Amino acid sequence: MTDNTPTPNNLSRRDFLKVAWMFLGGVAALETAGVFISYLQPRLAEGEFGSVIIPGKVDEFPPNSVTHIPNGRFYVVRTNDGGFLAVYHRCTHLGCTVPWDQTAQKFVCPCHNSQFNREGVVENPPAPRPLDLFALIIENGELKVDTGKIIQRQTYETAQVVYP
Amino acid sequence: MDEQNTQPEPSIFERMRNRLTPEGVPSDDRGRMRMVMDSLILHIHPAKVEVTSMKWTYTWGLGGLSALLMMVLGLTGIVLLNNYTPAAPQAYLDILEINSNVWFGELIRNLHHWSANLLIVVAVLHLIRVFVTGSYRPPRELNWLIGVVMLLLVLGANFTGYLLPWDQLAYWAITVGTSIISYVPLIGEWIGRLVLGGPEVGANTLLNFYSMHISFIPLAIFGLMSYHFWRVRKDGGLTVPKSSKQTEDPKPERVTTIPHLVHRELIFALGWIAALLTFAMLVPAPLEGIANPALSPNPAKAPWYFMGLQELLLHFHPLVGAIVLPGLAIAGIFALPFFDLNPKSVGVYFRSQRGRSLTVLAIGIALIATPIWVLLDEYVLNWTLWLPTWNTLLSNGLIPLAVVLLPIIFLDGWVHKSFQADTEERVLFIASFLFTAFIVLTVIGILFRGPGMSLYLPWNMPIITH
Repeated sequence: MTDNTPTPNNLSRRDFLKVAWMFLGGVAALETAGVFISYLQPRLAEGEFGSVIIPGKVDEFPPNSVTHIPNGRFYVVRTNDGGFLAVYHRCTHLGCTVPWDQTAQKFVCPCHNSQFNREGVVENPPAPRPLDLFALIIENGELKVDTGKIIQRQTYETAQVVYP
Repeated sequence: MDEQNTQPEPSIFERMRNRLTPEGVPSDDRGRMRMVMDSLILHIHPAKVEVTSMKWTYTWGLGGLSALLMMVLGLTGIVLLNNYTPAAPQAYLDILEINSNVWFGELIRNLHHWSANLLIVVAVLHLIRVFVTGSYRPPRELNWLIGVVMLLLVLGANFTGYLLPWDQLAYWAITVGTSIISYVPLIGEWIGRLVLGGPEVGANTLLNFYSMHISFIPLAIFGLMSYHFWRVRKDGGLTVPKSSKQTEDPKPERVTTIPHLVHRELIFALGWIAALLTFAMLVPAPLEGIANPALSPNPAKAPWYFMGLQELLLHFHPLVGAIVLPGLAIAGIFALPFFDLNPKSVGVYFRSQRGRSLTVLAIGIALIATPIWVLLDEYVLNWTLWLPTWNTLLSNGLIPLAVVLLPIIFLDGWVHKSFQADTEERVLFIASFLFTAFIVLTVIGILFRGPGMSLYLPWNMPIITH
């Protein structure tokens, strides 16, 4: 049997080339999309927001206090028992900067009236989750906040608090 | 032969002019029709047009006005480029320079600003006109889709342009607007970072928006606009107006495009240019203090055309208010010509006599029901408080969604049963209802929301300090 006509299981040369071209064209399109998407990735700026920021020494923050660090975009929150939290000042609802209301002892968002307590936990929606945190460590009595690491959380746990 | 030799050789200018219009502007109908067909620009028109299609109160000139505004925006935008740097904080200083130290700078900026805002209104009205006259029905479905895509691009152009002055208004409107992206499931955070060029609005965002605003978006609009015009002719020109009592398709008289249509267009364009210039001279485009990322103004509002959306966000979980509802609305607008098919009523405003009454009814119900719903949801309904253990996506998303959708389904059934409304009239009824509700939400957002996004009467609004 030397039958040259293609059977359903046997691709003809023309059909094979058609499929091969389509496959190669698809790969080329994906590669091009990949190049453009990679090219458009955000660049990280050294030494600005996104790097490690030192807001001050442990003693500079009295217990039960909230201090805004504008260039780091966060609040240093010191709890009653002396622990620290670095709370991102960006509302988890739509990104407005949340000011600390000293008289009400709350974070109150001016955009959609979301409210958060001292630890950043939602007291009034529409915010869907507590304020984000930054990784905070204490070295030689100095606070160091890594603003490149945004920590999202669903609840407040004591494990989030860093003690000197 | 001798005669030709005695004529002087045409000058270079005469020869160029002959290439453009060989016989000048002809004065007979045949020549005029030939001129339309031979001209690159004019042949977006047919050689002859139906008299009634040109009727002012049928199209209101809305498509033409959109095209005119695009031209004004292109021209003023190109010259604004020469005095603008897309970098923070230089961008803001450049706007101050344009307003104070550049000849006619403030006029050009005002023209650009107000034309862009007017374009949104006019494009939406154009869409409404095409919808209520049924002019998107086969064979015009594709052109409807292209029109909707252009409307989305116009919103994109407005939104990216909104950031460029780099003032407080721009910074916070864009912050609020782009934060919505992060609620897209799974890929939202990643897309948000890509669009912003970082975790929040900053120098990279300004450059990204600038490049989109001056290259991709205008190029895409220009390409689609050209295709949109060509498609109008391919699909048989404008629809012909018809009264609801007519059963036969009208066969109106046709006249030559030159001068009947071209002259109307010129007068219309001149009138609008005069109006735009007057407005731009009298009303300055807004500009607030330089962008300050540490200080959100109270209240922080999105651009006015997104205030309806922001109002939804006050009542729903962001996934529902910002993604699901707008997504359904856009999908619905795209899908309209695929289930609203009756070719009989093309050209009839509001489909029929009954359609007209139902539209008035829908607008009336929406005008009353929407403010009541807003007040109820603001002061009475509090699902997150009543169901504290439930996920907020349920208590603040799906339950309020059901509260809104069930009455609409009931209304549709009622119109179907009590008025024997057919598919096209039900589509008209629901669309009129939803659109009116959206307009009411937009007006509430713009005029009635004050500090803390609480409700105030406009005449009792506390003075806002930034």
